[in-house]
Amino acid sequence: MTQILLSVRNLCTTFDGSKVVVRAVDDVSFDIRRGEIFCLLGESGCGKSITALSILRLLPSAGRIASGTIFFDGVDLCRLSEENMRLYRGKRIAMIFQEPMTALNPVMTIGQQIAEVRQRHFSERPVDSHRRTLALLDQVGIPDPKRRYDAYPHQMSGGMKQRVMIAMALAGEPEVLIADEPTTALDVTIQAQILDLLRAIQKARGMAVLLITHDLGVVSEVADRVAVMYAGQIVELAERQAFFQASKHPYSKKLFDSLPHRAKRGESLAVIRGGVPALSSVFIGCRFANRCDEAWEVCETATPRWLTQEGTGVRCHLYDATVSKNQVPVASTYPKKDRQEKESGAWGEGAVASPLLRVSDLAVHFPIHQGLFQSVVGHVKAVDGISFEIDVGKTLALVGESGSGKTTAGKAILRLIQPTRGLIHFQGVDIAKLHGKELRAMRKSFQIVFQDPYASLNPRMMVGEILREGLVVHRIDPGREDVRIDRLLEQVGLLADAKRRYPHEFSGGQRQRISIARALSVAPRFIVCDEPTSSLDASIQAQILNLLKQLQVQLGLSYLFITHNLSIVEYLADDVAVMYLGRIVEYGKVGEVLASPRHPYTQALLSAVPEIDPKTQREIIRLQGDIPSPISPPSGCHFHPRCPHAMPICKETYPSPTEKGTTHRVLCHLY
Amino acid sequence: MPKPVLLWTDVLIYCLLVSSVLALFSALKKEHLRLPLRQVTGCPTAMAALVVLFFYLLVGLSDSFHFRLKLDERPGQQIQYAPEVLSLLDIFVGPLRTRVETTYSAPLAIEAYTKETVEDKTGRRSRVYPRLLYGGSHLKDPNLRLSDIYGKAVKGSAFGLVVVTFLATIGVFLLSRVHKTVWRITAGRVLRGQCHAAWRTTFITAGVLIIIFFALAPLATHYHLLGTDKVGQDVLYLSLKAVRTGLVIATLTTLIMLPFAVLLGISAGYFKGRIDDLIQYLYTTLSAVPGVLLIAAAVLMLQIYMDIHADDFSSIAQRADIRLFFLCVILGSTGWIGLCRLLRGETLKITELEYVQAARALGVSQWKIITRHVLPNVTHIILISAVLDCSGLVLSEAVLSYVGVGVDPSMISWGNMINSARLEMAHEPIIWWSLLAAFMMMFGLVLSANIFADGVRDALDPHLQRG
Repeated sequence: MTQILLSVRNLCTTFDGSKVVVRAVDDVSFDIRRGEIFCLLGESGCGKSITALSILRLLPSAGRIASGTIFFDGVDLCRLSEENMRLYRGKRIAMIFQEPMTALNPVMTIGQQIAEVRQRHFSERPVDSHRRTLALLDQVGIPDPKRRYDAYPHQMSGGMKQRVMIAMALAGEPEVLIADEPTTALDVTIQAQILDLLRAIQKARGMAVLLITHDLGVVSEVADRVAVMYAGQIVELAERQAFFQASKHPYSKKLFDSLPHRAKRGESLAVIRGGVPALSSVFIGCRFANRCDEAWEVCETATPRWLTQEGTGVRCHLYDATVSKNQVPVASTYPKKDRQEKESGAWGEGAVASPLLRVSDLAVHFPIHQGLFQSVVGHVKAVDGISFEIDVGKTLALVGESGSGKTTAGKAILRLIQPTRGLIHFQGVDIAKLHGKELRAMRKSFQIVFQDPYASLNPRMMVGEILREGLVVHRIDPGREDVRIDRLLEQVGLLADAKRRYPHEFSGGQRQRISIARALSVAPRFIVCDEPTSSLDASIQAQILNLLKQLQVQLGLSYLFITHNLSIVEYLADDVAVMYLGRIVEYGKVGEVLASPRHPYTQALLSAVPEIDPKTQREIIRLQGDIPSPISPPSGCHFHPRCPHAMPICKETYPSPTEKGTTHRVLCHLY
Repeated sequence: MPKPVLLWTDVLIYCLLVSSVLALFSALKKEHLRLPLRQVTGCPTAMAALVVLFFYLLVGLSDSFHFRLKLDERPGQQIQYAPEVLSLLDIFVGPLRTRVETTYSAPLAIEAYTKETVEDKTGRRSRVYPRLLYGGSHLKDPNLRLSDIYGKAVKGSAFGLVVVTFLATIGVFLLSRVHKTVWRITAGRVLRGQCHAAWRTTFITAGVLIIIFFALAPLATHYHLLGTDKVGQDVLYLSLKAVRTGLVIATLTTLIMLPFAVLLGISAGYFKGRIDDLIQYLYTTLSAVPGVLLIAAAVLMLQIYMDIHADDFSSIAQRADIRLFFLCVILGSTGWIGLCRLLRGETLKITELEYVQAARALGVSQWKIITRHVLPNVTHIILISAVLDCSGLVLSEAVLSYVGVGVDPSMISWGNMINSARLEMAHEPIIWWSLLAAFMMMFGLVLSANIFADGVRDALDPHLQRG
């Protein structure tokens, strides 16, 4: 079992630009043994995917392997001719990609696509490859493989497509499977299914898996060994157990600290200052030094050595016996923003509770048009009668899988989508009834922060113009807009010179700060946060969450926080509403809902979240299948086809709300 | 005093010129527009293309001031004007217009292209290549032709070099006044290409063009530089006159087309629903009607109108001009479909983007969202497709002339030149220079317009902006 299958030594991959050379992977070495799952963990831009692509020699045209060796089963892949390399790709080393939506050819049936791989590598007769493909589809847990063989990719859900991708990768019977963020694009419940599948297949076949991820939770669920990458280098390599009990490198420690968690409620998250440095720069000393709290002078001047010990390793001066440690950490010379925040900490529960927003029986139905005269043949009930209240200065989290109607609900409350029915009382005014000028004037009281920091800012406007727009519309501080823009930028932690720059000059986290500043520009009382951190790295996510929390205290804002990440909910929210297929199935205080979830769906969601603490034993409820289509929701309780506790009555009638305590409400026949 | 003649297209060209100069000045006052403009001047290829375009523009503009010359005064009579409408260009190129041979002659030839039967004094008939009336008529000895050509070209280029040096000195002097530096330093910067604007490329391109001009000018006046056509007209003159027709068709048509395409395309994509249905219906119907049929019908209608109101169109030039103008209108009002469709699709995509939603959430008005968020993000499509359409329009003019519904046959255009080249290509020996001349002129215009538009598009894209 300990035989080394793939050995990467001193791998350097560079991208030659016209002016600068980007060292995307810089002196990376690791071994993968037969039958183990090796995780490569790191933030985006650290060179994880490039490492994987280097192994397969599938680098984009600008990239090349500058030096190093990649031995696979005794053969140096770097020295193979392109023709021989093709015998390895797909056959002995297979890869699955992050985005299952775009990785499959939309005009071929999935069966054909898998059979193609078999025929390419095994020169099988079509009959045999058909039979093998059916077996593979069965193996990756696709129900009714015979029928699914002839399905096209668009007929399948994201989770199913990822299973097909895995089947395709397995078709060549590889010895190493490289999985590049295989679950990032999927919901937690589906992620749990896919991870289970990967682990089961890996065990059954004795395959080695190189799993690339940014999610500590995924690592703790499946990994045997972990390598942490930072700025093109591996900074720590350890067994999973050791890594989660006592990680060594300050970066790894910070990653753990920056995760939102229930236990950290009421205090701000530890943040890692700044961002990953550009890989085109020339590094002197430790690459993490300028973000590290434990850095001292040596870290600035000397490059840390790679210290190995029994298969584990760390790249940090802290563990280097040859470096004297009798020095004062220079970290004190850095602005200790996070520490200061902690001191001012203790976010009070001071705001007076009175409902700011009351939504009752809100529904959004999209008509389905068909035929020559576009007659309405049905409705997609994206949101189907939801009710909740948000108090001044409080946060309601709306959670659920994708497709449950969370975002639609958020937009309908802001009247970005016309609600079909329902009341939206905001400060006593029903905004569902407002029109034209009245609505536009009211809009300054409620704002939205979007998920994708790249699509939410107009690329052709300077940041100053973006922030000015709302001020001009609502005639706020006429003539003194610039002063206000400066203050807004300061509030969200950006420099005033950001005004004259275009959005593309900022990183994802900074863009999200600009989005928040834009929302704040009109001094709203209420902000809908639509997954504002889901496309950010863990350390940046912590910065944004801190900012949101700080602004809430300072300005008395109320949030509707739409998310699928339950750990954020635990950390940030006061109330939770769990949505499933357009309806709220459970509603209550965070403590009540997350500590003692009543609805089977909530229970399943909670159990599917990968736990980073390996000591907590939890019973994992695996949900079967995917969320059904809201065009034709299941009869009775929408959840019954996936529910482990389904009873005959569940198929017939939708459950009515049951009160559990004064604030906790659940819709399930069990109660 | 010659009597000025104001043609329809002339008026529109003046308006276009004035409005674009005004637009440029107002853009210079706004910071977010000045930056891209500075970047255009810094892009060498765009500046080179601009210089070439400028030459075309010069030719086209000088061909847009029309007048009728006064006839010789006879005492006691009212002042009479020549029936011919001339333009400034005709005056500039003087001899090119008037030196008309009997029929075809090759470029720089001194003899006709085909043999003719000539009777000499003794009454003996022989088939020879007769000497041309004007082309190389200054040469006594036909054998001296080549050396004369080289001599004139070299002398001309030498003179051109002197002129270029002189102009460059003036240019550098003016630059140093603007930059407020010593002219030596400015000259050094220009030579090393260190200026922010790409002055080196601009000077070199303009210099090369000027030298070519001076090298060819003596040849053009003593020979037929690009040969002559069937009726003996100088092909160089024809190609120069055709520049205006090409420019008018390309710019006016685009100008008429753009409002339709932009307004309808963006409103279809932005408002969706019924408005979208209506606009889609409109352009689907329009594109289902064969374009040539529509244009033929319109041109014939115009023809009849002109016949009825013959008094309003006194000269041939006016008739030809109104036909050209009408052609632009009809091409413009049918040619917006492609761009409209593109813009609709792009707008549909953009309105779903979160920055548009954020603007709606801020309460920004619909009109502002369209002009500030949607329009700037589709300008690259408008620019590229408008410039690509230009070349298509010049070509479609040729096709329409072939069918007989294009510009007036009396109007000189590349389309008419290409159209006549159809027969010339079948001629034995082949007559290639008309086609080549039309091709070269069109190629130069379309290529430089494309390169320039590319530079403008890059400058408008903030992702590509340098420091």
